Amino acid sequence: MSKLPLRARLATSIGGAAGRVSRLTGRGDGSVIGGVLGLRVEPDLLRLLAVDRQIVLVTGTNGKTTTTRLICAALGALGQDVASNAFGANMEAGLASALGRAPDAPYAVLETDERYLPAVIKATRPRVVVLLNLSRDQMDRAAEIWMTARRWRQALAEAEGCIVVANADDPLVAWAASLAPRVTWVAAGQRWHEDSWCCPECGSHLRRDELGWRCGECRFARPPTRWVLSNDAVIDEAGQIHDLILALPGRANRSNAVVALAVAAYFGATVDQALPRLREVRSVAGRYTQVQRHDRTVRLLLAKNPAGWLEAFDVLGPPPVPVLLSVNAQVPDGKDTSWLWDVDYRLLRGRRVLVAGERRLDLAVRLEADEVDFELVDGIDDAISRVPAGELDVIANYTAFQQIRAILGRTD
Amino acid sequence: MTENVGRHVSADASETLILSAIAETTPPPEPRPAEPRPAVGRHASGRSATGRWRPPPVAADYQPDAPRSRPPAATEYQTARYEPAAARPPEPAAARPPEPGGYGSRNGHGPLAPHNGHDRAVREPMPAPQPAMPAPRPAAARRRPGGRQLRLVWVYPDLLSTYGDRGNLLVLTRRAQLRGLEVAAVEVNSDQRVPQDGDIYLLGGGEDLPQILAAARLRADGGLLGAAERGAVVFAVCAGYQLIGRQFGGVEGEPVTGLGILDVTSGRGERRGVGEIVADVDPALGVPRLTGFENHQGVTHIGPAARPLARVALGVGNGDGTEGAYAGGVLGTYLHGPALARNPGLADLLLSWAAGPLQPLPAGDEDWARRLREERLAATSS
Repeated sequence: MSKLPLRARLATSIGGAAGRVSRLTGRGDGSVIGGVLGLRVEPDLLRLLAVDRQIVLVTGTNGKTTTTRLICAALGALGQDVASNAFGANMEAGLASALGRAPDAPYAVLETDERYLPAVIKATRPRVVVLLNLSRDQMDRAAEIWMTARRWRQALAEAEGCIVVANADDPLVAWAASLAPRVTWVAAGQRWHEDSWCCPECGSHLRRDELGWRCGECRFARPPTRWVLSNDAVIDEAGQIHDLILALPGRANRSNAVVALAVAAYFGATVDQALPRLREVRSVAGRYTQVQRHDRTVRLLLAKNPAGWLEAFDVLGPPPVPVLLSVNAQVPDGKDTSWLWDVDYRLLRGRRVLVAGERRLDLAVRLEADEVDFELVDGIDDAISRVPAGELDVIANYTAFQQIRAILGRTD
Repeated sequence: MTENVGRHVSADASETLILSAIAETTPPPEPRPAEPRPAVGRHASGRSATGRWRPPPVAADYQPDAPRSRPPAATEYQTARYEPAAARPPEPAAARPPEPGGYGSRNGHGPLAPHNGHDRAVREPMPAPQPAMPAPRPAAARRRPGGRQLRLVWVYPDLLSTYGDRGNLLVLTRRAQLRGLEVAAVEVNSDQRVPQDGDIYLLGGGEDLPQILAAARLRADGGLLGAAERGAVVFAVCAGYQLIGRQFGGVEGEPVTGLGILDVTSGRGERRGVGEIVADVDPALGVPRLTGFENHQGVTHIGPAARPLARVALGVGNGDGTEGAYAGGVLGTYLHGPALARNPGLADLLLSWAAGPLQPLPAGDEDWARRLREERLAATSS
């Protein structure tokens, strides 16, 4: 902190004060406003706050927040402070705010919005950049995901002194990382293939088999991996197999955990040191949280895009556990609900399905087309009142999720 | 093994299909089709592949109503009732080896190279421009012979499916089945032959490079062109709409040759049109106001051999106050993704072009779509 120029120190303290005000007045968690004000005082704040720290940037369409949290937990094994934007404020202001709040932390793990990655790489000069996956999400804002992959690729090719930890099973991610000077490839799996039928290099069909994927025409192929997720186990870079048992459910979280272990190993935390810490993570920014309400155990799952819904279905309680689906289309959700038609809802047949959210009629037409029986409800409390005592799983997209969290009481 | 439920096939089937959907390398004189994936289900219709069939030259006064004596194309259609992914038996991965040969000239790098907008190897696509606007085709003129399946062909979902484009296939399937029509649907990937004997062809939206690739492969394949010449119904959305026109804008806005089955020419506009769109349909078509979402940077000019589908009340559309275009049984629109979910009237128009006049649906079957339409139209009028 003391090495910071005066203006940056001023910016940080003004930002910190604003963040505290925001929290005290209940306006927010303070993770954005502080950064916004700080950047107004010192536009170069993010770069200045990042100097002399070991920075990890985490990006991808799905799993950013969870993986950021898991990496922080794993780095806890090193016994040093870790700065992080744990609540998903992942643009410049959120990152500056996170660094400003922990001025003496030698490590920082920063979730980074996909579109901002090139700018944040330039500003923070990270030691590690994590690329999880890339698939369709909020297309009304993001335009084209191949464009995002191109921007990553260019930024990573120019990033000196940085190691990329990338999911080799996602062809778009592999392509984006393929010009980076140093890459640790992780076999983290890919469930959603709809955005990677074709080779990012030449446009031809990709062939997929149990060995991975490769282009039928050009030489582009899945790179050999150093870390492997294999069902319920992780194989580390020394070839050692460890059981991967987590409190967080689902295959997607095992995948996030393997990435976290690879990052932790780079900084010197062994799997044996890091894994017990990963197991302690039970919920992330409200996701996977279980809330008791009127004899019901409500479990909250966030799913913002088709790939995310696929992962959410994967962790639903077994039938007859009822499920509430809630969809909004505000700006943070994407205002276009077309993506609902990319989700295969037939998996919900035979289960009690309740439908809520500002765009519940879009969901109704969608479920009708998939011959899934459903009932319209007015929100989480209405849903709770309709289901019997026991479990209720909730899948909601971004603002719908926040609304439900607010009603159930912010829990983390 | 990973599974791919989003594609609506089981894990193992998915892998198998990917194996079957392998790109091919050299352009042979007679490309052979890989086997298309079942669009929505795996109950084979019992129709067996019986070799290749070439359509006869289409006479100017060709009537699709005439009894068809030709054998079915070498495409296995699937009935549209699908089963949950888990219920399907896996298919042996070795059942469909990759095929040699392929379509288009691709040389490993840069699918753009052979298709730089100066490619003249285009089949003569359009009828000569007519002096007057063509009248909309009367629905009855396309009535299907009784007892046959309605064949839906989803063209290139691997390249053109960005915004929930499956929705149009699902809505058409449902509304046809509710009328008692037997529906057979097929998904044709870009390394597979497009069958010529479909009744309704669907093309979805896509990003620039996949769109250019799709146009090149469809030209080389010829199946969609042949079907359109024969009088099949074509419904194309967004990038699909642009590419069935004479020309569209490439990655840098450079002109790329389209299929020319609809007399429209598209280019790149100044800014991206993103948002809700509302448009009033050509009264000749008898379809209520359109409501949808658009997300494109194209501007489209309609030539003399096509008519605007609608007049824009809200949004961008073609960029000149009109939205979409149609001629005969070919209809394109910027309402992207599941346009038919919010516009069942448009779905029924396409069905009636292919299958003749339709009975109205019972109110209970229209309820959710009607409520969604009302909600969206109310939301956009405020």
